[in-house]
Amino acid sequence: MARAVTSLGGAARYRKWWVPYLWCVPPVAAVVAFSVYPFFNTVLLSFTDARPLGGAGGFVGLQNYQDLLRDEEFWSALLNSVVYALCVVPVLTVLPLLLALLVRDRLPGIGIFRSLFYLPAVASVVVVALAWSYLLKDDGLINALLKDTGLVQSSLPFLTGRWWVLISAMLITIWKGLPYYMILYLSALANVDRSLYEAAEMDGAGSVRKFFHITLPGVRLMMNLVAVLVMIGSMKVFSEVFLLTNGTGGIGGESSTLTMYIRDIGIADSTYGSLGLGGAASVVLFVLTVGLVLLSQRLNRKSEEQ
Amino acid sequence: MSTTALPAASPETASAPQRSPRRARNRRRARTAGWRYASLVLVLLALVGPLVVPLLGAFKGPGEAMFGPGATVFPQQWSLDAFGDLFEQTDVLRAFGNSIIVCTLIVASRLILSTMGGYILSRRGWRGRDLMTLIVLSALIFPFESIMVSLFAQVRDLGYYNSLVGVWLPLMLEAFHLLLMRAAFLGVPDELENAALLDGANEWQRFWHIFLPQTRGALVIVGLTSFIFAWEDYLWPVVVLRDDTKFTLMLAITQLESAFGFDYRVVLAGAIVAFLPLLIIFFLAQKYFFRGIEEGGLKF
Repeated sequence: MARAVTSLGGAARYRKWWVPYLWCVPPVAAVVAFSVYPFFNTVLLSFTDARPLGGAGGFVGLQNYQDLLRDEEFWSALLNSVVYALCVVPVLTVLPLLLALLVRDRLPGIGIFRSLFYLPAVASVVVVALAWSYLLKDDGLINALLKDTGLVQSSLPFLTGRWWVLISAMLITIWKGLPYYMILYLSALANVDRSLYEAAEMDGAGSVRKFFHITLPGVRLMMNLVAVLVMIGSMKVFSEVFLLTNGTGGIGGESSTLTMYIRDIGIADSTYGSLGLGGAASVVLFVLTVGLVLLSQRLNRKSEEQ
Repeated sequence: MSTTALPAASPETASAPQRSPRRARNRRRARTAGWRYASLVLVLLALVGPLVVPLLGAFKGPGEAMFGPGATVFPQQWSLDAFGDLFEQTDVLRAFGNSIIVCTLIVASRLILSTMGGYILSRRGWRGRDLMTLIVLSALIFPFESIMVSLFAQVRDLGYYNSLVGVWLPLMLEAFHLLLMRAAFLGVPDELENAALLDGANEWQRFWHIFLPQTRGALVIVGLTSFIFAWEDYLWPVVVLRDDTKFTLMLAITQLESAFGFDYRVVLAGAIVAFLPLLIIFFLAQKYFFRGIEEGGLKF
């Protein structure tokens, strides 16, 4: 052991052998009880007919999964979540990088811009959804502007149509996520060697070439991380759609997402809800999220090899 | 200004060919700086406008139009009237109190548990450390949304459904915070610990007097992100709380729209009350905020 030279042996560290366990049991127990066990319990629940407010429920085999596959609302929610993620991921991977490039240089007053830009990320999703739904109402400011400029004849149904609700929710997610991921990109950009840009300028490279040949390779790892974070976050989208539709998911729940479906079918209805069905949908959400992340990593590795 | 590149004859002409491209570059810089500021202002309007413009509506006078023709962006007569209605006619103060209770519980438990666990998982000399670290690490891959059905059942079985304790229980520790603290403790130099060991300091003394003061930055990050998360969280409270007397502020605010749809100023005033504490904390702790996020205060 090379390190033994610089530090004292284990015997001197703890007066009693069990002291370290005394320290680590409470936090590890909390992690097991509220993160690890719940996952296995969710899988277990998905094979039972447990109800939200009572009893453990009996074993029903794959019944819940069969019901799930036959439920049109499930497929609609699944489609909504996937479309949501597919639209949000590319935008929230690229746009914050451009924003970071804009606030990267130490111009006078840049600190003020940076912190004001961060406000959407500081405001809670409840406040943000309230502010946006005020703007997006049929007679709200955005429709008024659109009509005044003659872009549309009648109000756009931002808060009622199935896809319009999702588009509005995406808008909120993107707007709120921009500054957050901008900060991540700023920290990555700080590690890009400045002298590379000067050398490229000497060679007469324009800003487009500098972006593709210096900036992009420099932030590649962060870009990968941001894409994964956004993907995980947007697959499980809940609050934006829930709040824009006052918890209904739109007319007949047509804009409901997978997480909303889990809550609606599994928990919200205390008499007819089914924890089993909610559990099965949760397993689908988990497998889908992890699967998409693994797939994106694989694609990423492939494109790196080329 | 000479633009011809003469061979060096006198000091003045010698410097001319150098100065001229520099000036051109400076001019180009000034022009790009102008563009830069113009786009900064544009982005500022896009990012801050959709937040500030609606919230301005809370300061409108009674009877001012909120929507449709006749509605103005800025209040025609500034008034705090809506805030009076908010505090008099709704339970927003109780919800505020509920939120403070939940935040205090979550911040305290996360600070205590993540420093305890992070510290001991960063120390050598005991069996089972790798297994424990692996367990904590594995918790990162389970998204909250995919385990909340079980969490609901667990909290219900413990008898905390529809209670503030029920809101706190599953959120008492964030595995990522524990790993963040572990990394911070690993960064404390061995010499400090060895000196304390030679002085005969016990486990608690080494933790409290040597290690904790060395990781103040990470502690602030854990505390800040925990508070903000607890204050803003919506999904779990909406799942586990049913009575509006138990509602946290975020839930109470969303209730305003159905109760005060006829006077939207009150709804917006509620949004301001919910936003203000975070706004204050953000501007006070900005330094930690940005550094913290850059160092790895990632949300998973």
